[in-house]
Amino acid sequence: MKKRKERINRGIKVRSGDIYALCSWQEMLYLSGPRIFPFVLFLLLPFVLGIYWQKVLLSVAVFSLLAISWDILAQSGMISLGQSLFFGMGAYCAGIMNHYWGMSPFLTIPLATVAGGFICTVMLLPVLRLRGIYFSMVTLILPIMLVRIIEATRIFGGTEGISGMSPMPSKWIELYLVLGVLLGALFGFRRMLDSDYGLVLKGIADNDRSVTNAGINIYLFKAQALFISGCIGAFSGAFMTHVYMFVGMPVFALDYSILPIAAAVVGGPGTLAGATLGAFILVPLSELLRGVGGLRIVFYGILLVVFIVTLPEGIFHYVQRKYNQFERWVEVDR
Amino acid sequence: MSQKILLKVEGVSKNFGGVQALSNVSFDLKEGELLGVIGPNGSGKTTLVNLITCFVKSSSGDVIFEGKKINKLPPHKIVQLGIARTFQMVRPFYQLPAYKNMIIPLYSPRVKKMIGGKYGDRDAVALDFLEEVGFERDSFVAYKSAGSLPQGYLKRLELAKAIALQPQLMILDELFSGLSLAEVAGIIPIIEKLRGQGISIIMIEHRLRELFKIADRVIVMNFGEKIADGTAAEVMEQDSVKNAYLGTESTKEETDNDTST
Repeated sequence: MKKRKERINRGIKVRSGDIYALCSWQEMLYLSGPRIFPFVLFLLLPFVLGIYWQKVLLSVAVFSLLAISWDILAQSGMISLGQSLFFGMGAYCAGIMNHYWGMSPFLTIPLATVAGGFICTVMLLPVLRLRGIYFSMVTLILPIMLVRIIEATRIFGGTEGISGMSPMPSKWIELYLVLGVLLGALFGFRRMLDSDYGLVLKGIADNDRSVTNAGINIYLFKAQALFISGCIGAFSGAFMTHVYMFVGMPVFALDYSILPIAAAVVGGPGTLAGATLGAFILVPLSELLRGVGGLRIVFYGILLVVFIVTLPEGIFHYVQRKYNQFERWVEVDR
Repeated sequence: MSQKILLKVEGVSKNFGGVQALSNVSFDLKEGELLGVIGPNGSGKTTLVNLITCFVKSSSGDVIFEGKKINKLPPHKIVQLGIARTFQMVRPFYQLPAYKNMIIPLYSPRVKKMIGGKYGDRDAVALDFLEEVGFERDSFVAYKSAGSLPQGYLKRLELAKAIALQPQLMILDELFSGLSLAEVAGIIPIIEKLRGQGISIIMIEHRLRELFKIADRVIVMNFGEKIADGTAAEVMEQDSVKNAYLGTESTKEETDNDTST
């Protein structure tokens, strides 16, 4: 007898799908639980963790932001291989503002966020017409090019970079600032992608001529998505500048391009929450593997492959499905 | 029907490298008219549409819409002026449910301008437009993902996306191709209704019988040139059209002549 798996929405999922969700606390909890969970987690984690893991949490949050920034671009049909461009641009903007103009971190971070996003958008404007792999190649080249320019012209400290940035007033402000921004970006941009505006962005990824045919200027929308994504990346760069109190050529390193993509793919692209979840798994994993020694990268790579092979849809999509639906085996009637 | 000319195409030509896709095509379209464009495969019909909607830029010649030259504008500007088109190969957003497909045209600047603000709930308006083209209200068709819909519904969706833009001129590129007779019979009343609202329509079609029932005027294309222009009956009487389009009657004589000379 042949059998196949059938997926059915859980009763509570169906009941909480409408205004009736307000009728019982179970349904309300079912709906709000997954949304409250990250808030509680982010609020408590800094208290629970030691100094070392607090630093890891910072780096997790930064990679989450980069992964979210990558995911927004990918949702609008632009696969970027150069998130380090956004990161580095924000980092250098903040560094220059702080070192040469003496601005405080609370001024440089917001300014560098907008300035970095703007510069990245302008740099990528000429290639907005490119689709698919052609766009990706340009984004891959740009950070490498910038590194060489800094090396050759010795501007902004050249190969040595600029050190001695002003630090954040306290590590608590540091932690809660980046976690707060992460929460804001996660929920805000998730909402944006679900709105009609987000639908147009997804439409561009799906079929850009059809969107043009609706009288919508796709280049304007692509530039806006680029600016949003650039700002998120630039914020994480500007923030890290003040955490490390240093900015230099490593900000354009390949890590900042590849890890966010890995996080988004492992976590499940398209939801932003998946990208965050992916970063929350991959970055601590890489720290845990430090105990292994020289073969760390090998084990890391193997685990990455295992994740992608076993859950190609992404961890978040898998968890979401389990949360909403149950499975049962039914006989195939023929 | 008023005699005001809505669209004027003046001697447009287009060549892709060495291939002359269109050479010196001119025609007028009056307000409220339904113009059929027919011709054998590769005769430049779709290129003509692409030129009018500026998806392709013309090599020479002008396209004038409401007294304004439009052939140098970007394609989204053309739509904002009031020319909507459907594609021969349907281009839905496959991931999205059918009614969500409608949100994108409803988000268009043209629609925003025409209704003077925002729709309260675009989903509800989308469902209204879909019902108009035959997505039954009391079924789940409108909620299915566009990727799982049959061709007939996809063509209707394509039409609904164009209708939602509330255009003055609608260009339907082979709307009937790939549809059954019954499906075509279901779409014709929609087109008749659009004409009733005063919308001018250009239809590119291979299904001549259905087209001739509703078209006011027909132009015939062959090898990138316009070879005939008139009512359906007039056009089909012309020898050049018979040769080019139907192409059987005189073939034998011609080959005989060729061998004799």
